[in-house]
Amino acid sequence: MSALTVLEPGPLTLVQDRGRPGLARLGVGASGAFDRGAAALANRLVGNPAEAAVLEVLLGGVALRPWAPLWVAVTGARGPASVEPNTATLLGPGQTLRLGPAEHGIRFVVAVRGGVDVDAVLGSRSRDTLAGLGPPPLRAGEVLPIGPEPAGRIPVIDAVPVGAPGDGELSVDVRRGPRLDRFAADAWEALTGTAWTVDARSDRTGIRLSGPPVRPTDRTELPSEGMVPGAIQVSPDGAPTILGPDAPVTGGYPVIAVVADRDLDLLAQVRPGQSIRLRSSSR
Amino acid sequence: MGDRAVLLEFATLEQTLAGYRGLEAAARPGVVDLIPAARTVLVVVDPRILSPRDAGVWARAAVPVPADAVEDREVVVPVRYDGEDLDAASTAAGLSPEGLVARHTATRWTSAFIGFSPGFAYLVAEGPGLGAEIPRRATSRPRVPAGSVGLAGSFTGVYPRESPGGWQLIGTTDAVLWDAAAQPPALLAPGTRVRFEAIR
Repeated sequence: MSALTVLEPGPLTLVQDRGRPGLARLGVGASGAFDRGAAALANRLVGNPAEAAVLEVLLGGVALRPWAPLWVAVTGARGPASVEPNTATLLGPGQTLRLGPAEHGIRFVVAVRGGVDVDAVLGSRSRDTLAGLGPPPLRAGEVLPIGPEPAGRIPVIDAVPVGAPGDGELSVDVRRGPRLDRFAADAWEALTGTAWTVDARSDRTGIRLSGPPVRPTDRTELPSEGMVPGAIQVSPDGAPTILGPDAPVTGGYPVIAVVADRDLDLLAQVRPGQSIRLRSSSR
Repeated sequence: MGDRAVLLEFATLEQTLAGYRGLEAAARPGVVDLIPAARTVLVVVDPRILSPRDAGVWARAAVPVPADAVEDREVVVPVRYDGEDLDAASTAAGLSPEGLVARHTATRWTSAFIGFSPGFAYLVAEGPGLGAEIPRRATSRPRVPAGSVGLAGSFTGVYPRESPGGWQLIGTTDAVLWDAAAQPPALLAPGTRVRFEAIR
């Protein structure tokens, strides 16, 4: 068996794959890698199939030692690392993969050739942090099994044109939500005209935004309804939250807007305090 | 609702469940998830296969399946009616504790939707049910044990796992409501009929 030992787990390192869509009627969310593009790229760089499980490393501070020579790739966030970002590296005997503190973005993705081969729960190896499903966060001293050598070869790639996650003001496209009519007539302009600040309480369940409140004017009770990642719920105090991959399957706060699917990955990398604009889009 | 979902609204809970049954029966490629709730069904699609617009057309063409048109699976849940809130809930319903237990066990319930946590089914009564709306507790409990049977509004439900909760607790069951290794993992998937049986 191929494996690696977790020397330092970092503050929160999770196993993730493409999640468990299709179980929402039973109350199980999709979960899965927050930065889907970074996970897909990391798998591609080491020749893994797209469904292989990777490690999602929040903020860095991780040291991993393979038991045998192992191809690895690090994508997503940028920071000091023992390997180059966005390319495959063969770790030799005794070599350790180290990730320092993230400097751009906050979630590194680490793919290992063969994939992280922990037991799947309901068809996925993803950790759902809200429901407590899937493998628990990595612990120091833990041994992670690695799957068999995949059929895919290590692709010959000189450079992947993926920049570091941006540190400045971020813009994401949003579409009108199903409960926009519960807000005042000028609420859409207020939502899309504000430079919001990412709150420190953000996590995989949601990105909380602070700024001038956008309070719902219709205060009648809204029965809970189905939610998707990217839906922007507004709590009674007027604070918007963009739901993440581990959000509850249903929710009772009105959805004022929904982030365009193509921009969801950007939310995985926003840092507390970063400025974010919600850009009105019909594209 | 964004690039990957369509929210369908219904006038009543019964119509929602009938609509959900109809959509399930009309299943087609590109529909990733159906999320029934109290007045809505959210259709989640894979937009590479089915656009939200086409999903809306598909959903409107689906024929609702009313409750009396199907014999869904019926599950019997044995309950010890020893809950801490049995007296308070009975008072709220204008019944004696024995009367509340009699109505709870005489009613046929249906799982309408799952909310709150994996496998937590909101069960609705066929017929008058308890005949009263049961208020939630003024303060929710930080820890409700798995298997606790509760009441809230016109719903009854069973906590699948230990969790916080504000429902009035009337009893406990040893039935396994949620087992991630089982197929299906939830005992009370939407549409499942449920009867409660008093045990000592």
